[in-house]
Amino acid sequence: MSQLELLTWARGTGLAWALALCAAGIVLRLAEMLSLGRSVDLAPARLHRPGSGWRTVFTRSLPPPGMFRREPVGYVAGYLFHLGLLLTLFFSAAHIELFRALWGVSWPALPPALIDAVALVAIFSLLVLLAQRLSHPVKRLLSGFADYLAWAATMLPLLTGYLATHHLLLAYPLMLPLHILSAELLLVLLPFTKLFHGVSVFFSRWYNGNAFARKGVAS
Amino acid sequence: MRIEHQLTVGEGLRQHGVSRRAFLKFCASLAALMALPPSLAPAIAAAIGRARRQSVIWLSFQECTGCTESLTRSHSPTLEGLIFDLISLDYHHTLQAAAGEAAERDREQAMKDNEGKYLLVVDGSLPLGNPGYSTIAGRSNLDLLTEAARGAAALVAVGSCAAFGGIPGADPNPTGAVPVGAVVHDKPIINIPGCPPIPLAITGTLAYFLTFGRIPALDALGRPRMFYGDTIHDRCYRRPFYDQGKFAASFDDEGARQGWCLFKLGCKGPVTHNACASLKWNQGTSFPIQSGHGCLGCSEPGFWDAGSFYRPLSSPVSAVGATVAAGVAIGAAAGLAAALRNRSVRAAARAAHQQVGVNDLGGGDAK
Repeated sequence: MSQLELLTWARGTGLAWALALCAAGIVLRLAEMLSLGRSVDLAPARLHRPGSGWRTVFTRSLPPPGMFRREPVGYVAGYLFHLGLLLTLFFSAAHIELFRALWGVSWPALPPALIDAVALVAIFSLLVLLAQRLSHPVKRLLSGFADYLAWAATMLPLLTGYLATHHLLLAYPLMLPLHILSAELLLVLLPFTKLFHGVSVFFSRWYNGNAFARKGVAS
Repeated sequence: MRIEHQLTVGEGLRQHGVSRRAFLKFCASLAALMALPPSLAPAIAAAIGRARRQSVIWLSFQECTGCTESLTRSHSPTLEGLIFDLISLDYHHTLQAAAGEAAERDREQAMKDNEGKYLLVVDGSLPLGNPGYSTIAGRSNLDLLTEAARGAAALVAVGSCAAFGGIPGADPNPTGAVPVGAVVHDKPIINIPGCPPIPLAITGTLAYFLTFGRIPALDALGRPRMFYGDTIHDRCYRRPFYDQGKFAASFDDEGARQGWCLFKLGCKGPVTHNACASLKWNQGTSFPIQSGHGCLGCSEPGFWDAGSFYRPLSSPVSAVGATVAAGVAIGAAAGLAAALRNRSVRAAARAAHQQVGVNDLGGGDAK
């Protein structure tokens, strides 16, 4: 299989299968999670704040007070990583072409130099978070194979994308399919690892916000 | 068609009125192509000038004659064309005057006279699925190639069909087309892909063989590195626009008029190894991207099956909707099954739950 044939497979069969597995996994996990339900709270609601769940979906994106002092590395690197990843994913010109082909919508891209910078920030942040995970005794104790797998699956698309863009390590015609394949691996793993938080976070935040409001702690 | 083998290339060039200055200039450009220092140009000139006519047998199989057109028409007034004329092209059924039995006799005679020394050039793929799709003088392509390859010094697969199967080999490949390399395994094969290839890639490779008496350095796909070492993107004059994120979004928008990068219009330059961006076509006049159209990737294996020519490299090659919809349906079915199972597990747990009352505490047994 030549480099172009590998790329064609990655852009064709590989992509279709990865998206299908990702979609199947997300629907399966959501159906399982939502069908479980939660125990009915028999106590009367202390506070009637119907929008509390929805507000919490957004307000939980902001850091709670005191977090910087408690967890400076996780606070800074965590935010920088997520921002870098999302900006790279949704605002690189090549990625927007993919979304345009998949969803039929497009939006303006950020300048390549800026994408470069935020991708590097995301990569560096991931490295810092890994170093912290390995050096912090409690985090190290709590970490298992799935945590390192999720880290690697997230790091690979970022790293291969940066290397491909800058023609580093391997020739672009080989690095590009490797980048696409690594993103497909991420798609397949997403529903079945803790990476599923990308989807479930909105549900859990809504549930917590809603439940807390009933208990009188509205957001 | 046959040229007297006793004449050297130098003598032949002088007979055609080519000056030594022009010849040296050609050799200097060859040296540059081969990534050799310019000081080696006289040595190249001496080697080519002294060389006897290299016997070349050209077999055409499942092809469109575009490769021959590219070679003869586009560059016929140039020095490269003359060099090619001065090679003894002993058999080429499109270009030769002889036909029928006479032509076939020429081929057999040339193969006998130059046993083990001739270069065998092939354009077109071989129909192994059904040999009847392409025959010459009633003989199958496979039969002709096997016979001619036996006494060849080396093979040159000209064009993407001969090198990789090309368009005849594209899905669903109705003739069972295969490239030369799938049939011949015991001789060196130089692939010069392209649809068609750049003429200078053909003449330059032959000149290298004449000069050094061996085949040039090849990449993993058997292509001469001196012509296929870089991608179109590496040498594209529009590359700065790519780096700046300036893309044409249609063939007649402001970006297209400004000459911006054609990535969004499906240019395959980033993954295509060829010399179009540096050598260009029609005597260095232009190449597709300079004319406002993206690269098709024609010098890469499987280029015809690599999706639409007008889809960006980062987009899917085919529609994914049906597969994803199937995934959603399977996920929903599995989710429903999981929900029902969880419900039955919960119901069973409730049913099995034993109520514990004050009477079950055992009372005085603890004494």
